[in-house]
Amino acid sequence: MTTDTTTQTPEAAAAPPPGVSPARTRATHSHRRLLTRRDRITLALMAGVPTLLHVALVWVTAIASIFLAFTTWDGIGFDSIKWVGLDNFTQLFNDNPQFWPAVQHNVIWFVVLILIPTPLGLFLAVQLDKRIRFSRVYQTALFLPVVISMACIGFVWQLVYNPDTGLINSIIGANKPGHYIDWIGDPHLNLWAILIAASWRHTGYMMILYLAGLKSVDPSLREAAALDGANEWQTFKSVIFPTLRPTNTVVLVVTIIEALRAFDLVFVFNKGAQGTELLSILVTNNIIGESSRIGYGSAIAVVLLAISLAVIIPYLIATFRKERRA
Amino acid sequence: MRLSPSGVSVPGPSRRSLLRGAGGAALLAGAGIPLLSACGGSGSSSDPKTVTLGSNASDAVPKKAFASVYADFKKQYGLTVDVNTKDHNTFQEQINSYLQGTPDDVFNWFAGYRMQFFAAKKLATPIDDVWQKIGGNFPDAMKKLSKGEDGKYYFVPLTTYPWAIFYRKSVFQQHGYKSPATWDELVALCKQMKKDGLIPFAFGDKDAWPAMGTFDQINFRLNGYDFHVQLMAGKASWTDAKVKAVFDHWAELLPYHQDGFMGRTWEDAAQTLVSKKAGMYLLGSFVAQQFTNKADLDDLDFFPFPEINSAYGQETVEAPTDGFMVSKAPKNHDGVLKLLEYLGSPAAEEMYLKTDPSVVAASDKASTSAYSALQKKAFEMIGSAKSLTQFMDRDSRPDFTSTVMQPGLQKFLQNPKDVDSLLPSIERQKKTIFASE
Repeated sequence: MTTDTTTQTPEAAAAPPPGVSPARTRATHSHRRLLTRRDRITLALMAGVPTLLHVALVWVTAIASIFLAFTTWDGIGFDSIKWVGLDNFTQLFNDNPQFWPAVQHNVIWFVVLILIPTPLGLFLAVQLDKRIRFSRVYQTALFLPVVISMACIGFVWQLVYNPDTGLINSIIGANKPGHYIDWIGDPHLNLWAILIAASWRHTGYMMILYLAGLKSVDPSLREAAALDGANEWQTFKSVIFPTLRPTNTVVLVVTIIEALRAFDLVFVFNKGAQGTELLSILVTNNIIGESSRIGYGSAIAVVLLAISLAVIIPYLIATFRKERRA
Repeated sequence: MRLSPSGVSVPGPSRRSLLRGAGGAALLAGAGIPLLSACGGSGSSSDPKTVTLGSNASDAVPKKAFASVYADFKKQYGLTVDVNTKDHNTFQEQINSYLQGTPDDVFNWFAGYRMQFFAAKKLATPIDDVWQKIGGNFPDAMKKLSKGEDGKYYFVPLTTYPWAIFYRKSVFQQHGYKSPATWDELVALCKQMKKDGLIPFAFGDKDAWPAMGTFDQINFRLNGYDFHVQLMAGKASWTDAKVKAVFDHWAELLPYHQDGFMGRTWEDAAQTLVSKKAGMYLLGSFVAQQFTNKADLDDLDFFPFPEINSAYGQETVEAPTDGFMVSKAPKNHDGVLKLLEYLGSPAAEEMYLKTDPSVVAASDKASTSAYSALQKKAFEMIGSAKSLTQFMDRDSRPDFTSTVMQPGLQKFLQNPKDVDSLLPSIERQKKTIFASE
């Protein structure tokens, strides 16, 4: 999982070697024929088709939804698109009782994921890296939640949390009239309840990333630390952890992305009702279905895009700088 | 033989229109909705012997009931109904792109504002010619429900069901309760039930729509049918003192509702009525589906929501009505007319109810001889109603109800005291949504 891989663009490889004009015969330097014409067509197709698809499905749609964010449109015929300027945004910031809570919850989501499952995943990875017995079994067990689809996780956890028949309330007896703990509905509880489920999954994800990072730590570093008489904690703190820097960057980016795209778990859990509003759910609630407030929903999506870009762009700049230095 | 959702085998012309309409919408929205409209039209060739029909009846019982109706239609008219069934909720969510793409000739839909909305958008075909023949089969309230805003008919109702307060006869007998006829009697009954260790009102609002039913009942009992229509159509203001009064009444009843309702589905709430832990449940008559044991079902009864304002009494009944509409350009026009004529006949309704007894016929000409006691009572209640409402999310704009009212009502249920800040917020959002015509 290194971040600075050097890639050579296929276009550069496909370019004809300098000084060769296709009209001339190749006899003069035939032993260094780089690419036949067929190769070039193949490469052009291999690079071109995905590029076209990417532009059509990612860029065109993203730009279209930025444009739609300044309109109202019910999705019925193109002639019903009306330009409304910044109206959607002013409504969103001033009149939508769900918007600010949603932003706040997305931030909480990120903070919790960074503070709890990430260190926990690191801890587990360090333990598993010590070649203890059955480490394969532990690895598999801890990684399993990452493999299961989010929707299934949400479904199972909402069964656990169900106020009437759920596991938790049945065990602690909190499902009698007058004494309910409403894990799913209570706006003071439900976000934390769902974050436990999210953390449960995220821990395994972080563990695998760190485990991969730890595998690439040079064993001679550990030996040197041991010779210098460093104890376990000192070794980890001053030797191992600094070498995990690239992994940490990946972990940070992955966690930010996870926090911004959090959707499926909550949607299955309680459809993003009061207490668990998220930007992604607001977008879908407004756009999909009979509501069809495509302009308004796009405005929320643009806010989400702006937040994502604000986070990702500095990261990309840093990465490119490193590559240039390398 | 249905096409794959990817629309791979859609013939040329329909693919182009698809991209112009639904596809364009889906792509532009960046939502990447699978183009289910591609499952619609059965090619461009129209077979005079076939009518295509888009159905949302994905549950086993309604599906079977409709199949029996179409089989009977084929026997009588010699025309085949080619049914394209989609999951109930998916159908609703994709109705916009479906109707713009290549919809089937006829499709299942709901009466009320939801029908009028598509009629006004020119996505449906008026069917006054059909109503000239079937008009005699329906009471005035049903006729009113089947017309668009332009006064033309767009809808053929088939079945309906009432919302009321459901209870178990044995529980009422055991404690000597009487069905309350007025608001004060209702509150007194709730107090008594609480004393007797029962949950007065079973309630689950996880799906966010059940609360709308409670609001509707209090609203038209207190302010009358016309105000309900005005409010739902966005004409009356949510900051009106009349609306505030509805929430005040509701807040008075809230302490008698089941705890923990925000995390409970309506099905689970119904189970508390089945198990005799709850005394009453305000819901549609589909609550009967949860009474799987025959003896329990025979014990189920209901009474209309009590009177609050003597000016309006109990004259309004909430009776969501399901039926059929015709898409904007049906391929087999003559076949569609024949089919709707048949569907608007008492025979078709009786056929349907043979398999699905959870609802009642929309026509007052249909025979009631096969009805259970519960169905008879429901049928009479609907038949004698002065006005029929559909339900908040069918009488109003779906975008307003789903993005504003559902979270709004949940907010009220959590903090009934904050209603003074909630109502202006609803009103502001309503104004922008209803202005975006």
